[in-house]
Amino acid sequence: MSGAPGTGDPEVWSLEIGSIIGEADIHLTRDSLVRYAGASGDFNAIHYRDDVARQVGLPGVLAHGMLTMGVAVQCVLDWVADPSRILDYGVRFTRPVVVDPVSGTSITVVAKVGVVDAEAGEARIDLTVTSGGQTVLGKAQVRVSIR
Amino acid sequence: MTVNPDLVGRVFAPTAPYAVGREKVREFARAVFASSPLSLDPAAARAAGFADVVAPPTFAVVIQEATLAQLLAEPDGGIDFSRVVHGEQRFRYSRPIVAGDELTATLAVTSIKTLGGNAMVTAESSILDADGGHVVTATSTLVVRGDS
Repeated sequence: MSGAPGTGDPEVWSLEIGSIIGEADIHLTRDSLVRYAGASGDFNAIHYRDDVARQVGLPGVLAHGMLTMGVAVQCVLDWVADPSRILDYGVRFTRPVVVDPVSGTSITVVAKVGVVDAEAGEARIDLTVTSGGQTVLGKAQVRVSIR
Repeated sequence: MTVNPDLVGRVFAPTAPYAVGREKVREFARAVFASSPLSLDPAAARAAGFADVVAPPTFAVVIQEATLAQLLAEPDGGIDFSRVVHGEQRFRYSRPIVAGDELTATLAVTSIKTLGGNAMVTAESSILDADGGHVVTATSTLVVRGDS
């Protein structure tokens, strides 16, 4: 059972625990990393230089953790429609996302209803964020207003 | 060099005001694959009751960044940037950031824990608008790897 994405109307949302409210597949390339570096001001060279990434012992150039965090919440935003409904968003960066210079990499997001507190008028949306079949964000949770 | 435990409780000076620009918000929105017209189209944002385009939730990191730079530059802090890994990130919102906002951030170090030779430094940056109203608090946990 899925919700009603994009309506922004809590009345028609399915808030059954475990129901999927959004899903996304985002393909990241090195271009995406350069674009994010410029947009965010995070110019750490491990996000665009293979030699620097190798020097510090990384398997390759990594996506910015904040880029992964940023793209992962988009399906929740599409669902709530009104960004004022996002009350809290937190993640743990559990595994680096390596971005191949030629093929890039994909990030898969599944957003499910985790907790509903009708009295407080809030729900917790739990995000499962994977790349190459492995979880890359831990405890990725968005608290949203459902009033 | 190890992280100075006396950093806990230290509050830094507020950052210089950051003027949130419309094109910056749109640039950031495109970079995080945002599809909401509220972040891209000023007319759509105004129709939804916002003064201008609405920044995606993680845009707050751009304002927070200046406070983390203060923390890393603290002379007695002992935080070696080349050993820092971003462990956790959280945002607590009072309202979304909108183009036209002028935002100031104040960082406080809330905890330092040592775990297996690594130091986990948690810092909260409170981001306020020009009227002093709370917009968002950005909390980072930085893992500072020990000598190995």
